[in-house]
Amino acid sequence: MKDQLYNYLLMLGDNSMILGHRLSELCGHGPALETDIALTNISLDLFGQVRGFFRYAAEVKGGEATEDSIAFLRYDREHYNCILVEQANVDFAHVIARQFFFDVFQELQLKQLVESKDEEIAAIAVKSLKETKYHLRFSSEWMKRLGDGTEESHERLQAAVDTLYPFTGEFFHETPLEKEMKENGIGVDLELIKTAFDETVSQIFVEATIKMPESKQRMVKGKYGIHSEQLGFILSDFQYMQRAYPNMEW
Amino acid sequence: MSKEINLEEKFQARIDAGERIEPKDWMPAKYRKTHIRQISQHAHSEIVGMLPEGNWITRAPTLRRKVGLLAKVQDEAGHGLYLYSAAETLGISRDEMEIQLITGKAKYSSIFNYPTLSWADIGAIGWLVDGAAIINQVMLTRTSFGPYARAMVRICKEESFHQRQGYEIMLGLAQGTPEQKAMAQDALNRFWWPSLMMFGPKDEDSPNTEQSVKWKIKRKTNDELRQQFIDITIPQAEYLGLTVPDPELKWNEERGHYDFGEIDWDEFWQVVKGNGPCNKERIAARTKAREDGAWVRAAALAHAEKKEARKVEKKTAV
Ligand SMILES: [Fe+2]
Ligand SMILES: [Fe+2]
Ligand SMILES: [Fe+2]
Repeated sequence: MKDQLYNYLLMLGDNSMILGHRLSELCGHGPALETDIALTNISLDLFGQVRGFFRYAAEVKGGEATEDSIAFLRYDREHYNCILVEQANVDFAHVIARQFFFDVFQELQLKQLVESKDEEIAAIAVKSLKETKYHLRFSSEWMKRLGDGTEESHERLQAAVDTLYPFTGEFFHETPLEKEMKENGIGVDLELIKTAFDETVSQIFVEATIKMPESKQRMVKGKYGIHSEQLGFILSDFQYMQRAYPNMEW
Repeated sequence: MSKEINLEEKFQARIDAGERIEPKDWMPAKYRKTHIRQISQHAHSEIVGMLPEGNWITRAPTLRRKVGLLAKVQDEAGHGLYLYSAAETLGISRDEMEIQLITGKAKYSSIFNYPTLSWADIGAIGWLVDGAAIINQVMLTRTSFGPYARAMVRICKEESFHQRQGYEIMLGLAQGTPEQKAMAQDALNRFWWPSLMMFGPKDEDSPNTEQSVKWKIKRKTNDELRQQFIDITIPQAEYLGLTVPDPELKWNEERGHYDFGEIDWDEFWQVVKGNGPCNKERIAARTKAREDGAWVRAAALAHAEKKEARKVEKKTAV
């Protein structure tokens, strides 16, 4: 049970960590100061969530584990984030579409986690839910602005949605671990989340004048530790200091 | 003519009496121009300053440090925004200011044209660069132009937090492993002299000082501020156990100040003129952000107009 809980916490934290990293790459390079500040804020919130999940994971694991050993010292195959969040910052439309899909999913997931039988997880979820609601408002507003803005912004957003939407199916693929967590009242019911996710996404698509992509969902297995080619590069950046200068205090 | 003189005299009398000048008040054209230049250049420094530090966000060594650095760089964006708004009250748009920055018409603090090569540079910048900025900016909290003075009050609080955070990073490194200590010393070696250059040319080579003193943009000269910075910083370096890279540095009992070696003014002017190690990269990064963001800003504008038009349509339909 301890191992399962530990792995489940990694899964929850990794989505926030990898997406937080992608957003942190943009700090200082945003399309306007206001959006730069907002995206950095989201990145900060996501890393705050990561710290919540990983501190608890360190406790569960015991021994020498810390939030940092968990964040910085795992191999690529030991990361369980969905493939969507590791997708690159191709342009602002990709950044917004990626954020929007994640926010819709994450808000629904956290709403259920608030009710988790695990009190620690429930407490992290309460705090994270507040933040995620704000993120979702931000990304939905930008979906509408870009979708129903200029011809160029519409085309760019449609292209980003066409590329990224096929990764969203992974959110709802229930791994054996997630099934177990659901059954013992710690985790969430992904089927319920899927129904609500589809509803919100279609509604925002309508307002943003974006067409639902026809392409099939991609075969991806991030939740099993099998990632896109991009994760290795993310980690070589992310882990650089801890790998080059092991066992030091910073 | 005599009326003009009268206005200027009254204006100066207000400043002398310690009154704040507000955007809607009458002001000499030169006062307006000088403030647009100074405030916009200060804003540019905040924004360009995000780049060297942003360079280490993705590689920060721990979650705590990552969050600290992200928050710091975000603060600098906030400072930039706040200062651009202060400059806008004088009748220039943010867009015009940005164009001045990327075309090289407007300057920004030269310190940001140096590269950040190790994690310790993040500590050194917080400690030295924010430290030097505070000395300049504390003086500006009492400057005559109201929006600028108020911006400085707010900004100074955050800069002191940055300075403490930077010093704490350095302290950790200085007390760490030999590799960490070497990293900290190397950062100090590279950032010490450029930090001293942040106070500008020597007084004898610095025009405008008299006018600036009259308008309270300056209450102390470049050399006085530089000396103040050195006197504060040397004991801090000693506490870290690091060596300041200046063999001539020595306490002067008689003056009650540290004596220090000659700054390489040729390097200073080279960097000011655009030939520093990273001038091109910094401007290229700001240009790219502006160009990549153009369609986004256009979309936001178009969307807002459509929304407004729909509102009007609804109203007239009723
Ligand atoms: Fe600042
Ligand atoms: Fe500043
Ligand atoms: Fe600062």
